[in-house]
Order: sequence, then C-alpha cells, then structure tokens
Amino acid sequence: MVTKLKSVDVVVVGLGAVGGVGVLPLTQSGLDVVALEAGDWLSSRDFAPDELRNNFRGWPQTVQKVQSEIPTHRPNSSAAYSPRMALHPMMNAVGGTSLHYWGLSWRLNPWDFKVVSETTRRYGAGRIPNGSTVEDWPFGYEELEPYYEKVEYAIGVSGQAGNLNGRTDPAGSLFEGPRRREYPMPPLRSSEFIAHMTAAAKKLGWNAFPGPAAINSQPYEERAGCMYHGFCNRGGCHVSAKNSTAVTTIPKAQASGRLQVVTRAQATAIEVNDQSGRVVGVSYLRDGQSYFQPASVVLLASYTYENVRLLLLSKSKSFPNGLANNRGQVGKHYFSHFAGSKVTALFPWELNNWYGMPAQGVAVDEWADDNFDHTGLDFIGGGNLWVYSDRRPIDAASMEMFGQAPRWGAKWKAFIKQNADRWNLANIQKTTLPYADNYIDLDPKEKDALGFPVCRITADFKDNERRIGAFMQEKMTRWFKEAGAVAIALGPVGTMGVSTHAYGGTRMGDNKETNVVDRWGFSHEVPNLAVLGASVMGTSGAHNPTLTAQALAWRTAEHLAGHWKSIANS
Amino acid sequence: MILVMNLERNRKPSHQATMSRRDALKRVALAGAGVAMPNAWSGSAAAAGEGKTGPLTPIGRREALETLNAKECDILEAIVARLIPTDDNGPGAAEARAAHYIDRALAGPLSSSRKAYAAGLAAIDAYALAKRGRGFVSLAGADQDDVLTDIEKNVPTDVWPNASEFFELVRLHTIQGMFCDPYYGGNANFIGWNLIAYPGIRLAVNADDQRMQARPEPLRQSAYDLAMFAKRGGEHGH
Repeated sequence: MVTKLKSVDVVVVGLGAVGGVGVLPLTQSGLDVVALEAGDWLSSRDFAPDELRNNFRGWPQTVQKVQSEIPTHRPNSSAAYSPRMALHPMMNAVGGTSLHYWGLSWRLNPWDFKVVSETTRRYGAGRIPNGSTVEDWPFGYEELEPYYEKVEYAIGVSGQAGNLNGRTDPAGSLFEGPRRREYPMPPLRSSEFIAHMTAAAKKLGWNAFPGPAAINSQPYEERAGCMYHGFCNRGGCHVSAKNSTAVTTIPKAQASGRLQVVTRAQATAIEVNDQSGRVVGVSYLRDGQSYFQPASVVLLASYTYENVRLLLLSKSKSFPNGLANNRGQVGKHYFSHFAGSKVTALFPWELNNWYGMPAQGVAVDEWADDNFDHTGLDFIGGGNLWVYSDRRPIDAASMEMFGQAPRWGAKWKAFIKQNADRWNLANIQKTTLPYADNYIDLDPKEKDALGFPVCRITADFKDNERRIGAFMQEKMTRWFKEAGAVAIALGPVGTMGVSTHAYGGTRMGDNKETNVVDRWGFSHEVPNLAVLGASVMGTSGAHNPTLTAQALAWRTAEHLAGHWKSIANS
Repeated sequence: MILVMNLERNRKPSHQATMSRRDALKRVALAGAGVAMPNAWSGSAAAAGEGKTGPLTPIGRREALETLNAKECDILEAIVARLIPTDDNGPGAAEARAAHYIDRALAGPLSSSRKAYAAGLAAIDAYALAKRGRGFVSLAGADQDDVLTDIEKNVPTDVWPNASEFFELVRLHTIQGMFCDPYYGGNANFIGWNLIAYPGIRLAVNADDQRMQARPEPLRQSAYDLAMFAKRGGEHGH
C-alpha cells in the first residue's frame, strides 16, 4: 500500500553536496521543500580517525543505498566488463559525499565554458578531437561568477585570490577568471614539505599557489578552524571544520522552518501525469513502506549515476524510454575526470606527510586548460598539478617500490621501514572530453537490492586524454626532480570506470536535440523537473567539480524561486 | 577522484566482486555487530619501548578461531610470517597478529573472501606437498618463500580462483593487519606503526609538528581509546 503524502512546493531527491545547497535559496524565498535522503544524519562521533574503516571498509555504517548500485564498466560496447568495484566511492547521508570529500573548492576557468569556440578561434576547428561531442556551455564564466561567490560564502571556502576584479596576484592563480570578492577565509596553512615544493616550482618559473578548500582555515560562522589531524581523505570532520552541506547550508535552510528532511528515503520513480507531460511527485521507500510525495516541482539532486538511473527507471506513457529522454540524451555525453597517469616520487629524506590533508597543498596551473600555447601539440586542454600532505599507515606501507625492492619479505620490510614517509603521489586532474561512444545506460543483468538494474558505464579515455597524460607526467616529473626526488614511478592510464568525478548524462545546453536540461537546469521536455549536480556539466576542466556543481545548484534554485509561478503552473 | 587510489587496492576479481555485492548489506550489519575487543593495546606502548606508561599487555592472551579452522589458521600464520618476517628490523606480521586480524575480519567485513581463503590456503598447502614433499607449515622458511613466489607468479594453475589473485588478497589483508588501528585485532603492540615510525593519532597538529625534521613523540593509542569516537558504555564491556 502506498501512503500518499500532502503535496509540497518542491521535492528534492538527494540531500548531499548539491541538493544541500539548492534547498537554501528555495526555503529562503518562502517555498516549502521536502528533501528525500537515502542516508541518515551523522554526527562528530561518527568521524573517527580510522583508516581501515574509512578508506577500506566504506565508512560510514549508515544506510548505504549506493553500495548495491555500483555501476558496471566496460571500455567499449564489444569489450569485456572490468572487475566490478568493491566499494561505491560516494556515500549516502545528510550532506552526502561532501561529508568525506577532500573539500577542494575550485572554480572552473573561463576556457572550460568555451572549449569549442576558443579552440576554434585560436587553433582552428580541426583541433576538436574526432568523435567528441563537446559543446560550449550555454553561458560563460561571468554568468556563474556571482553564484560561485554565494556558495563560497554560504559554506565557507579558504583560498588565495589570484585575480580580484582583474588585478592579478601571483600569490594566487594567475590563470583564474576574475573574482569580484576575496575568499571568505585566507588559505589553509602550508607545511614545510609543501613550502619546499612551492619553492621548487618557482625555481622552474611556475606560478605556484595554495588551492581553495571548503575547510576552515580559521573559525567561521561558529565552527572551528581545521586541526590538521589527517584522516580527511574519505573521512568526515569531528570538529565540523570541513564545510559539508550537513553543517552549513542544510541547517541554515532548516532554520527557515520550510525544509522537511526525510532520511532513509530511497526514491524509486519520478511520477508523470500523462495528460500534461509534467512530473507530479516522487515515489519512495522508507523502512519497507511505500510513499508518494506529490510536489509542484521536482529537483533531482543525487549523484551523476543515480541521476541518470532514476530518469531511465522512471518510464511512463509519455516517456517510454525514461523521463526527459524522448530524444535519447539521458546517459549521453558522459565522462569521468581523467586522474590516471599518476606520478609517484621518492625523496631521500622524511617528508613528514603524516598529518594535514589532501586540501593542504600547492597547485600549478601553468599546464591546465588553454593556459599555454597548444600550437604544434597534438591535444587540447591540460592538467592541474597538485601536491599535498596526506598519509596514513596502511596507505604508507602499500607504497610504490620504484623497482628497488620486492613486494614482500625482509627486503620489502627494510624498504618500507626506510621509505614509508619518503614518497609523494601526484594525482593530476586532466581535461576530459565527452565522446559519442562514451555513455551510461542500464545494465542488462546486474540489479540493485530492490531488483532495479544498475548503471552500466561504457567509456574509455581517448587519444586526447592519453596525450595530456603523457605531457603532464613529464611536467610533474620535472617538478619532483627539481625538488630533489631520487626516483620516479609513472602510473598507467587506467580505466574509465566508477569515479568520484563523474560528469554528463543530463547535460546542460540550449540545443534540446543534444542536451537534457536547458541553461537553467530544467528539462527541455518536462518544464517542472530540474537536475542538479555534475551530471549537467558538459566539460570538466582540470579542477574538482563540487563547487561548480554547487554554484549551478544555487543558480537553478534561485531561477526556480524567481520564476515560481510560470514553472510551477505552466 | 583520488579516493579511487585506495579503492583500486580493494578491487577484487569479478567473481569475488559478485560475492561482495551479495554480502554488502549483510556486511554492514555484521560490522556493527563486530567485536568488543578488550583494550589490550592501550597500555602496551611501554612494552614496545615507546615511552608511554601503562599496564603491560597480559602475557599469553589466547585467541579464538573465529572463522578459519585450526589447520587453515596455521597455514595463514606461516604465510603472514613470510610476507612480513621477524628479523633485524624488528617484529613482523606474526607478532602484530595479522592472521588474527584476518580471521576476525573474515567473519564480518571480509566475509566475501571466506571461500577464497578456504580454497587458497588448501591449494598452497597442496602445492607445497606436491613440490617440496611437506605441508606448507612444516617447510623451512626459504622453501616457504619459494612456494609463495610461485603462488605470486601464478605458477600453479589449479588454484581457485587464481593463485596470484589470492596472493594479492592475502598481501593486502596482511598489510591491513600489520598497520590498522589495533582495535581490529592486528598491529598488536603497535608493531606496524613502530616499524614505519608513524607518529600516531593526534587530534590537533600544529605547524611545528608538520616540519620535515619534526619527530613528534609517537602517540600509541587506538582511535577508540578516545571516548569521543567510541560507543557509549563500551568501557563496561570487559
């Protein structure tokens, strides 16, 4: 039996990094919101400094809906499936993965919004890689800038401006788009190792600067400053210095009295009125009971895979191939951030990287985006170099051997005894483009705990990504060597499987033949359905996606509030 | 993104991944029901020579065979003692109780690997007998290393699921058992953390602590020695 609940203005599916931001402008404008969240509330006592639990066992022990929904992967439609991941990298909880993410809060650079037109203007149309479906965003950086600022101040971001209203400052990034306002907090503390790496970059003539983080460098809005204790990589913060939506925008929205949070609620379908073609609410399961939550507007705000999946599962007479999918674009233009082709360095001294966190680091954007001349190169885009302080015992002992020792036994033991704190790994985030044959659909065999098919990722990195990978490995190797590294190990390209940086699948754009949502994040086919999250992003740039997804969420929510009558009653 | 780094190490061959999915929900429940382990490690820093005072770990604490049978456990003890041996660089995985960690975890969070351990340990023993004329446990250390090298290199082809995959599984779990928070039954007396000079869990770290030459006094405590992360009432359990 289905319990039909009282109708509300807006129902939000997923109260994580983006849903948790979107509810704030909605409730502040007087709309009543119900947020359905598959996980539960967590508190500081849940955030133990425990590597085994956090990094290997899929902390936390709450309702991990996603754990039975891990997508399958194959590199292309005729290839064998990759081994399925044992743990889903995202989590279900109020605040979602913003509880345990690294907290890096980058803005995209202006080029990322205009990859097609800028590449064509500077190098000619022939430089767009074959098979790529990349498009310019429907607007530029300047349109999103005010929303970046709103989110930076609402959640709290620490950082160093490099371009304030056109005035550049080499202490920050010389390549960033102009900001109208300083960060609300100064950057996180450096460490001696990071300062050493910064000096080495400057010797190479590179602009090295601290990255922006949703972590308090000082007390902010009644919450503590960071204690630098480590365990931030896939761990929550016991002093709430990491600015997840659970401790920032969600409590602010709750204070309005207009946000009802329904935990342990697993959405099973977005329902449609076949006469009007509009959505009418969301069906969900909670503790074994079925509910229907009617609403004037539905905001889909789960992770990229779950956004795509719920649309594809929500079939109706009006949308036989899944909601908002009559043009077959749901699941298309999918890509995940290329962070393979890593570089690991060995130093002949202890780095003391045991404390700090992945957001305490130094960046070089010299080779990101179109910050350098690509004439004569065989790729477009680039990567962000990022060196940080992060080490835990199991991870330290699982180190690369640099061909200098076997992987077990007495010689291995002697090697890790000497070197466990002498290595550093650079994950290099690189431009990744969408391609016609990289996509998500529903797996024909694998099902979740309820019997619904999981997502199937069909995707591989192409020549453009691989060439960036080799190019960036050379830059990172130079940097590590300049800093005194005595051995370097280059990682493999890797597979394009389940990722914490998954983009596309419900892409945003003006052309309704090639995009699922319009420039405001609303479905081209369903006027009262919007999608929040990186699934609407058509390019990745070379930086972490969360802040951009949050800025887009704020913008969509504000648009909804400002056009409530036409959207809710159209 | 970089989360993937750790997760990749957790990857299992596809048939195991299938088990792991099936067990996923069960696993969550089992992990919660886990173990009320006595605080044996909390006073053991003195024994490990780390300068923190406290009562010594009781000598001769016995461990139940929680998941593996006696023979399986003996083989596993012998394997972990070769992977991380006891030598001039100090005690190894045997003293750190890595096999105990694995036996306990196989009842809960690692339950999807139980069948692989049954098959893999038996296969290693059978291979030792066929190639060296004795069961694995009875071989000299150098011969045990030869057998393990063959397993690592996937020489025996009749091992289910696959010899080198099983080797990697045991290696992964042995490292976990050597370096994990001692709450989980491994890293006994902080042997693993001492080996790599991990300065320990401290909740506030200042700029001096992060200098490259800094050697903060090693703190030897479990996360769950800190009441702020523990179950309330846990101190009454033992």
